[in-house]
Order: sequence, then C-alpha cells, then structure tokens
Amino acid sequence: MLRDQDRIFTNLYGLHDWRLKGAQARGDWSGTKDILAKGREWIIEEVKTSGLRGRGGAGFPTGLKWSFMPKEIGSRPHYLVVNADEGEPGTCKDRDIMRYDPHKLVEGCLLAGFAMGAHAAYIYIRGEFIREAENLQVAIDEATAAGLIGKNACGSGWDFDVFLHRGGGAYVCGEETALIQSLEGKKGQPRLKPPFPAGVGLYGAPTTVNNVESIAVAPTILRRGGAWFAGLGRPKNSGTKVFCISGHVERPCNVEEEMGIPLKELIEKHAGGVRGGWNNLLAVIPGGSSVPVLTKDICDTVLMDFDSLRDVRSGLGTAAVIVMDKSTDIVAGIARLAKFYKHESCGQCTPCREGTGWMWRIMERLVTGNASIEEIDMLEEVTRQVEGHTICALGDAAAWPIQGLIRSFRPELERRINEARAKARAA
Amino acid sequence: MPKLTIDGREVEVEAGTTILQAAEILGIEIPRFCYHERLAIAGNCRMCLVDVEKSPKPVASCAMPVGEGMVVRTDTPQVQKARKGVLEFLLINHPLDCPICDQGGECDLQDEVMAYGFDRGRYAENKRAVKDKEWGPLVKTTMTRCIHCTRCIRFITEVAGVPELGATGRGEHMEVGTYVEKALSSELSGNIIDLCPVGALTSKPYAFTARPWELKKTESIDVFDAVGSNIRVDARANQVMRILPRVNDDVNEEWLGDKSRFACDGLVRQRLDRPYLRTGGKLQPVTWSEAMAAVAAKLKGLSGAKLAAIAGDMADAEAMIALKDLFTALGSPNLDCRQDGAKLGAQPRASYLFNSTIAGIETADALLLIGTNPRREAPVLNARIRKRWQRNGMPIAAVGPKAELTYKVEDLGESAAVLSAIADGSHPFAATLKAAKRPMLILGQGALARVDGDILLGLARKIADATGMVSAEWNGFNVLHTAAARVGGLDLGFLPGTGGRDLEGILAGAEKGEIEVVYLLGADEIDTSRLGKAFVIYQGHHGDAGAHRADVVLPGAAFTEKDGTYVNTEGRVQRTQRAIFPPGEAKDDWKILRALSETLGHGLPYDDLAALRARLAQANPVFGQLDTVQPASWASFGADGVPSAEPLTTPIDNYYMTDPISRASKTMAECTATFVGCAHKRTGTHG
Amino acid sequence: MSSTDDTFQPASFAFTAESLAKAKATIAKYPAGRQKSAVMPLLDIAQRQEGWVSMAAMNVVAEMLDMAPIRVYEVATFYTMFNLKPVGKYHLQVCTNLPCMLRGSEEIVAACKTELGVGLGETTADGLFTLSEVECLGACVNAPVIWIGDDYYEDLDLQSTKTIIQALKRGETPKAGSQTGRQGSAPAGGPTTLTTVGGDA
Repeated sequence: MLRDQDRIFTNLYGLHDWRLKGAQARGDWSGTKDILAKGREWIIEEVKTSGLRGRGGAGFPTGLKWSFMPKEIGSRPHYLVVNADEGEPGTCKDRDIMRYDPHKLVEGCLLAGFAMGAHAAYIYIRGEFIREAENLQVAIDEATAAGLIGKNACGSGWDFDVFLHRGGGAYVCGEETALIQSLEGKKGQPRLKPPFPAGVGLYGAPTTVNNVESIAVAPTILRRGGAWFAGLGRPKNSGTKVFCISGHVERPCNVEEEMGIPLKELIEKHAGGVRGGWNNLLAVIPGGSSVPVLTKDICDTVLMDFDSLRDVRSGLGTAAVIVMDKSTDIVAGIARLAKFYKHESCGQCTPCREGTGWMWRIMERLVTGNASIEEIDMLEEVTRQVEGHTICALGDAAAWPIQGLIRSFRPELERRINEARAKARAA
Repeated sequence: MPKLTIDGREVEVEAGTTILQAAEILGIEIPRFCYHERLAIAGNCRMCLVDVEKSPKPVASCAMPVGEGMVVRTDTPQVQKARKGVLEFLLINHPLDCPICDQGGECDLQDEVMAYGFDRGRYAENKRAVKDKEWGPLVKTTMTRCIHCTRCIRFITEVAGVPELGATGRGEHMEVGTYVEKALSSELSGNIIDLCPVGALTSKPYAFTARPWELKKTESIDVFDAVGSNIRVDARANQVMRILPRVNDDVNEEWLGDKSRFACDGLVRQRLDRPYLRTGGKLQPVTWSEAMAAVAAKLKGLSGAKLAAIAGDMADAEAMIALKDLFTALGSPNLDCRQDGAKLGAQPRASYLFNSTIAGIETADALLLIGTNPRREAPVLNARIRKRWQRNGMPIAAVGPKAELTYKVEDLGESAAVLSAIADGSHPFAATLKAAKRPMLILGQGALARVDGDILLGLARKIADATGMVSAEWNGFNVLHTAAARVGGLDLGFLPGTGGRDLEGILAGAEKGEIEVVYLLGADEIDTSRLGKAFVIYQGHHGDAGAHRADVVLPGAAFTEKDGTYVNTEGRVQRTQRAIFPPGEAKDDWKILRALSETLGHGLPYDDLAALRARLAQANPVFGQLDTVQPASWASFGADGVPSAEPLTTPIDNYYMTDPISRASKTMAECTATFVGCAHKRTGTHG
Repeated sequence: MSSTDDTFQPASFAFTAESLAKAKATIAKYPAGRQKSAVMPLLDIAQRQEGWVSMAAMNVVAEMLDMAPIRVYEVATFYTMFNLKPVGKYHLQVCTNLPCMLRGSEEIVAACKTELGVGLGETTADGLFTLSEVECLGACVNAPVIWIGDDYYEDLDLQSTKTIIQALKRGETPKAGSQTGRQGSAPAGGPTTLTTVGGDA
C-alpha cells in the first residue's frame, strides 16, 4: 500500500484547512519560484520523466502533450485550459481536489502554464459544482493577493492569471474541443481535428487542455522529482491516482493509491469490500461509465492501471470503480448508461445522434426481454456502426459499455428473452 | 505540393486540399451530405468516411487535409460498411414519404440509399416526429425529414450574413430552426432549398406542382437585376415552374436572389397576350394587323422630332437595336434607355461599368459605397462583398441612407459633400482608400439618378483617380446598375442622338405637346402621368403602368420566352434562351419591330436572329464577345461642380417588387407583405 | 424545442444593478473582443435573478454580448442547467445515473414523488417545488445525491430524503452534504489513508 508520505492529495477528505495557510502548511507553494527558475524545458522534461499520463481518461502522456505547444510565442497568446468538467458517471475525484485541495490546482496551473508559455489559464468547471467553484475562486483570489499568481507570479517575472469558467450542464464538454467551443460561448460541439488545440485552440490560439488531477499533481512531481513519481506503480503506468469507488461496496469512497494496485485490494482495503463479500461480486466497471464492464473472474486478479485494464479489453478511464454485486440488474444498469449517452450526445454527428437513441431503445427492451435473440447481434452491430465513426469519443463511449455487456453477459440477455417468450406463449 | 495515393492512383495536389477534393480531382466521388464546397466544413454527417493507412479509425475525407505519402482507400469493405451504417442511421428517423416529397427525384439521400442502403429497415422503434417551422412565404419546411447537415444554417450565417438559423437543443432532440418563429429575412433565402440535401426545405410556391423528371430545363440568364445571374428555367408544357441558379464562379457562384428565383409566378399573371387598341377611351382587343395599321396611321407624316422611344429595364439588346434602327430611319433622335434618368453617358465605357468585376471584389481591400444598397439592388453581388469582408475584414464606408448590410460599414452620412471631401483628400476615408492596394467604390443609381448625377459621377471619378483606384491591372471604379437592360442600352447608344431629347426632355415635350408619339419598349418605371396627350405605343409583356397608359399595345415576350442578349453591370454579354413560347398572340420583341418597320415602309435589314446579332456586333463589338468581360479603358468623364445639398438615396425600397413581372407575382406580394410591411407598395427603379 | 406557445414569457427583462455589476465583471475575465465567452455566465446570472431564463433575458444577453440572438438560443437550449420555463423555488434534481441507481436512487425518486405529490418534470401547485431527474452530478461515492439550489445532499436514504423535503417545506435550510455525517468522500467510519500526514495544526 502506498505510504501516506507518497500521497499527493493530503487533504482529499477536507479534514484540514483548504485555504492558502493550510495548503502552505502541507507544502503547497513552496519553492515554486525556484521551479520556475529552472525553465520551461526542465519542467516539461521532469514531467516526461515522471511518466504521468493524463488523468482525464485517455491517458495521454502529459509531458509530451505540453511539448506540443509552440516553443516560441507568436502573435497569438498561449492558453492553458483545465478540464474540470467532471461528469463521467462514477467519477468524483476532481471535485475533492477543487473543494479541499484547490491550491494544488492553482499552483499546478502556474507551473504548467509557464511550461507551455501561457500567461493565462481558464479552469472550466462543471456548472453543478457551485460550492467547489466557490472554494476554487477563493484559492485563486488568495493566490493572487499573495502574489503567487498574477503579475510577476511568485516573483518569477512571469505574469500569470487564472480564471474560473463555469459550465452549464453538458457531459460532452469534457471532450477537449467541445470544452474550448463552450468556453468561447458556443454550444459544446466537438471540433474537427486537425487542427489540434496545440496549434489552433481557444480563440484560435495554441492551447493545451489538461484534466484537473493531471495539473494538480504537477507541483508535487516537480518538487519531489519526476523519478519519484515514476518509481511508483509500473513502467508506463506510474505514479499515484485518485480512485473513486462507488456502488455496491460497504464504504464507498475516494482514495489516492498507487497505480497498478490490484482491484480486489483497492476495494477491500479502502471501501470495506463488496457488499456481502467478494463472492457476492457480479461485475465492476473499472474506469467510469465509458469502459466495458469486467466480470468477477477478471476482477479477482486485474491490476488497476492503463495497460492492465487495456489487456482485459476495458480501460482505466478516470479510475472510477463502479462495483455491482449479484443483486444488480446488470442489463438495467447498462441501459441506464445508454440513456445517459443518448441524453448527452451533442447531436452533431449522425452515428451518435441517431445511434445513441437507437441503442438505448433496444437496451430498454432487453431489460424486459422484449426482443429477439437476433437483436442482440443487431445491437452489437449498431454499436460497431457508431464506434469510431464520430468526431469525438462520445460515440465510442456510448458503444463500449453495451459491447462489454454483450461480451460478458450474453447468456443473461438470452435468458430474459427466452423467459419473456415463454411467458408470452403461456399467456 | 503533397503527393498521395487514392485507390491506388497517385495525385499531387496543393497543400491544404482535403482528401475529398483530391479524390474529386481523380474523378472519384465520395458521397457526402453536410459538405458543400462553398460553405465552411462541418464534418458532421460522417458519410464521407474513407480509410487512411495508419489511421486506426476511418477518416472524414471532407475535413482531412492531405498529407505527403498518404494512402487513401475509398472502396474497402470497411468504408462501404461505414457508409451503410451512416445511411441506416439517417434513415431510422427520416420518414419514408418519398412519394409525397417534393425532393423526390433530386434527393441526395434517395440517391445514396440507392448506392449504399440496406434493402429493408432494421429499426423497430418509434420514429422521431419534428414540428414544422414557419419561415415565411418562400421556404417550406418538413422538419421530420431534416438530417441535421446544417448546410442551411451555415449558408444563412456565412453567405447570406443574416444569422437567423441555428440548431437548438441537443442530441436526437436537436432541431434546425429560428427558435422564435420568424420568416427568414435574407434576400438569398431560397438558396437553402437547393442546399438542403433532402426534402426538409423545399420551395413553398412550387410545392406539389411538378416532378423534376417532367421538367424541360433551359439554361438562361436572370434579368431581375443587373448581375446577370446564370439560371436554369424549368418548364412544363408552356409554363415556367421554377427557376434555379446555375454555377458561374465569375457571376453568381451558385446563388440566386429570392426575387430572381421566386417572381416567376408573375410570368403567368397580368400578361399581354394579344394586341390592343384604345378606342373610345378603352383598350379593345384587335388583330396584329389592325394594331400595326393604327401605329402606321398615327406616324404618317409626323416628323422624327415629334417621336420618342424609351427602353425599359428588361429590354433585350436585340429589341433595343431594332427599335433604335427603326427610329433612326424615322429620323428621330429622341431615345433613352435610362428610365430613372441616371446621368450616364455613352462614353467612355468604363464610366458605366462595374469595372472591378464581381469576382474581383474578392481581391479588393477597401470599399466605398455611394448611393447604393447592394443587398437590395443585387443580393448576389452583396454576398460577394460579404465573402470578401468575412475573409479577413476590409474597411467599408457608405455615403447614403443607413442600411442593414451584411458586413460592417462605416456610415459617412447622406450628404454628397462628403464625396467632395474624399475627392480632395480632406476626409479621413480618403487616406484609408489611398492606403489600400486595391481600393474600390460602388456608385449606385441613388447617386446617378438625380439632377446633379453627372456631378456626382465626376466626383466619384475624381475619388477613383485621387485614391489610386485605377491602375494597369486594377480598376476600382464601379457602377452598380439595377436594370438588366441598362448596360446593353448604353453599349448600343440607346440615348439621345444629336439634338435629341433625353427622358426628361421627352416627358417635358410630351407634356407640352411637342412630342406626339412615345414608344415604350417595356418601359413601366417612368412617370406616365407626364406623357400628356402623346400617342403611346407600349410594347411589352405585362399589363403594368405602360400598358395602362397606352393607345396601342403590342404584346411582347418575357425573358423566358425569347433568345435575348443582356449585358450585366460588369459589361458581360450573356444570352437568355427561350424556355417556353410567349402566351397567346404575343411575339418575340425584335420580330414585332421588324414587322412594324415593314408596315411603316422602313424595313429593317435583318430577317433572322443571326443577322440581327451581326448588326449588334457591328453597332458595338462588345456584343461579339459572349460571357466574358473586356477591361474598359479609363478616361475623364462626369461633370465638375458642387453637388446639391439633397441627401443621397438608394434606388430600391422594396426589393421584392421592382418591375412588371415581380409586381404581378403573388409570391412577391406575400414577401412584400411579410418583409416590407405594406403590400403592393409601388416602388421601382425611379425610387 | 420551440417557444411558439410560451404565454408565460415576460415582455421584458432587465438585469438588476447587482446582476449587471456581476455580468460586467464576468465579461472582463475574457480577452477584449471575446465577450461571447461570457454567454453562459450571463445566462446563469439572469437565471439566478429570475429563477429561470426567459426569451427576453436571452435577447438582453445577446444584445450585451453583441451576439445574434439565435446563437444565444442555441447555447441556452444546449446546456441542461438553464431552465427555459419557470421552476419552483426549490428545484430538486435527483441523480438517477448508474452509481446512484446502485445505491437506491429509484427509492429516492419515489420518496420525492410521494412527499411532493408531483412527478418528474413537474412543479407543485404552490409553485414551491420542481422535481427533476438529472444526469450524473459527479458525487458518485456519496450516492444517492439530490441537487437543490447551490448544494448537494448526499448519502441519502428514504428517511433523510423525507426529512430534507419536510425541512424545506417549513422554510428551513437543511444541512447540505452527507446525510450520514461522514466527512467528504472518506469511507464511512473514517479514512483508511492520510492518517499520518496532512495535519495543519
């Protein structure tokens, strides 16, 4: 188990003072000026060394992403945009960072922003996080008043402002280009890529969009060294990670753990185990609603990191572990997710706009078995017609849970259909 | 220049070209719904997916720029499957109502389903129903058919510049519309009917009247303004059913103004379909020979000085030269083709042309508008100004009444004195024009059709000279005409001859009795109350102002009913083609004049169209060069002097009613009621 | 969604002085010429002032930000947080997404319905309560969750849901956050981590 000394979010539960004074007591904002003095290149190299991969779901190497920003600042300013539009069902880690450890994020903005040549960061926080936004704004104001950000941030000579922007209720804005569109005052409809945000992003300027957790871990990584972070977890899957454990566990919680921790250990050690014991486990969605569900046999041994979960045809995603015990109506559960994706489709691309509604409607019928066996295959085919055919990954995210269900629980689907038929025949 | 391979064939294209465009160069057509070459790329329909080597997912070819060494396949099973999938998704919520859909037979969705569709549906759920929207008299909506390609939204926003359409809601509940129900106020709204790939947007006036395969299609030229938009006239039996634009990148790209598209219902109303003679104060139907005889009787013994002829705004060059030749033979120098009294002379040609050319607007970098509202006078040309402005902005200023234009305009007031100040360099906009590499001005009829029009013409010329608008490779001096016939008339010198009277002279002469016969060739925009006791011969196609005043009516042909030559505001010579025959006993206009000349004993020396057109080219060589623009040489023109204090105006108040055809159109009457507020308000080029 | 028969739409809308000051401060957050970025915040300010966003309010926002009104309508109809019809003083938005569902959100919805006497998407006759279903609120380890006003009410069960509604009916403001009294997202009974560091005392 990860030692407390190696945990980054030391106020994850809000047991301590989240304001500047408390944050500084926990080590935030210490030596920030010295880190800045080491220069852009050093910061990016150190983050690359740490092996940090994006904590928003896709797991793209963070240092590499930062290095895509133009080396020289041209006629357009550079922007850092922080994705705090946390909305992937099962996920509630950024919420804790923002309400209880906001200075980690603000300091991270400065360091990351400086490393990419930005003088401004916009934090796009989901609109429903009203109290979290209040805390974060207080942190921004405190940091500004203390000279930590703003003109000549930390005395570094670098001017840096952090602005908070509240969303309006649209999951798709978690997609980076939709988020940029939204920040520009438009509907959150993802943009075509290329061009990529590093070239043409916010207001047409070079932009990097990072998840809250990715930015908030940066100051600690830079203070303790990339090697420290890289030493935790496994190669290419390094560091610590905030896991959200929800659903049928004894004690749902968020917890920061080492990457690669066995799923079973994570659940048993921190969440009090599966309700009714490990053998009562039906399935786990290991990385937020978008990733395919895992059956118990896989859960017995699987490790919680990017590559391990990819190897079992699922994903780490946002590391939101949704636990389902044997009382779960798994078909209804996945149908509920299908409804969610239908509700959140932006409507732009044909396959997603039309396909999410179709998939949901079939799923609803499968819940009661009001379908034919062939329709299971048809549904699978429809998911393949959506997957990979849209501008953003929402279409994929809508398809995967259903594919996972069919892959892992086909007998259950068939059982319901046969039962419904038998019932109809009897009547 | 990147080189790539598409379906095994190599092609080298300019950097920035998309895969779809590169494929088009090779003649490989990639299906698409949302992509349109004149609109911003949306990439949302996903129909154009192709395989690109090393890309894990299929790629939207409309949005993906080519790369060096790219290997693209448009015909793999994976691509076919993706397209099939997209089509199936489009169809699950698209009604299968093709038999009652006006788009049937020319529907992109229908065509693609034939190519890629399943032969039966697998969708067992309820279909989405969407409430239709009320967008005014022109565009009919059946929104359940909408496939959300957003072409209409992009057109109205980008090209028309009147952002009234959007997509509200999201996901499967996203709806295209205005949200707050309202009629689309753009003069270019009809183009979204052409752009709509399905039957969601169809023509309201044309609704349920014909099927595309029943129509005879004739390529022609529009005459409702002086742009000379290229059109296709679709007719069934002997009736024009609809008018659509044709592509001409130099003129109208592929757009058409709403009046040009929708006023065609005016072609069957108020028509003059037989000759009339006024007897006992009333117009009575007569035979052609009776009408001709009446004219001959009236003209007998009259000296040429007592005769006058005025050519109207839709007159073809063939009729004008025939009328001019006839009047010359009759010894009359009293000719005018300027119904509005515009102070434009015959020389030099550059003084009355849109010299920059319409396409040339795209290369300009500063613009001064004088007495013109291009949006009303030439909506398609206005779209070109907007296109240029939207690209990366350009300073645009206007002298004249405040107008709602589709680009940002600096308002310099309505006083002509501003022009003097710009000409002498004391006005700040003079510096803006001077600093520009390709400055231009557009001089409208609002500045020319006034007593001191020649002074304003001179001032505009001075501005052009003083700010460097005219050079070897650029001429920024432009006159925007409103009448399709005007440049042709000027090119033919349909103007007062030596000692001859102009429009004002003719009207004053008629009032005083010095002019005894006035020949109106489709001239309806003059003040007919000033014709006094003159014997009025009206030759034209509609029972409008001229015919009401006439003593003899000679029924002519509308532009859709004859092979006519028109010269657009740029000086581009283009020809209409007969799509249908004139109604009843009406005849081709030059033939009426040829016949009349015979009756009058001054037989015109051309018996067929070829001979007549040879005569046109002899009168002015420009008529020998079709469809192109010849640069006109620059010289001094216009008068010196101080313009009057009278504020500048613009020539058109009601875009929808400017001529006998649009005034007869029910559709245009509805537009007038909807957009202008008072139906049947008589407005013409006389402002 | 169309607004044709919206008889409830007011003829006009104006920001109060306080709202206007907030709006101006918001616009100042964005670079010059990028004022359109403030469209969502301004709609939110309007909603906070009136309880919902009327057509008139959207038009005022369009005018203030130099946007075509249709672009504002697009935004207002795209994001679910904007109420385009009046809602009750207390807008109860119950999350029913999977993590909440697994922890009994169906029971919570049922409790709300019984307690309020209205269905989802409906407002009580006295105009005090509107009950809505909402998508994932991002507080999944504290499921089930209801969002009321500016606060989340977490770790709900049948009884605590009733208690909250009854308190609201009495005009009280129930304590937000976990209804079982645990701290934040820490496991019930106390954290399993962070027991040796993090003190700021």
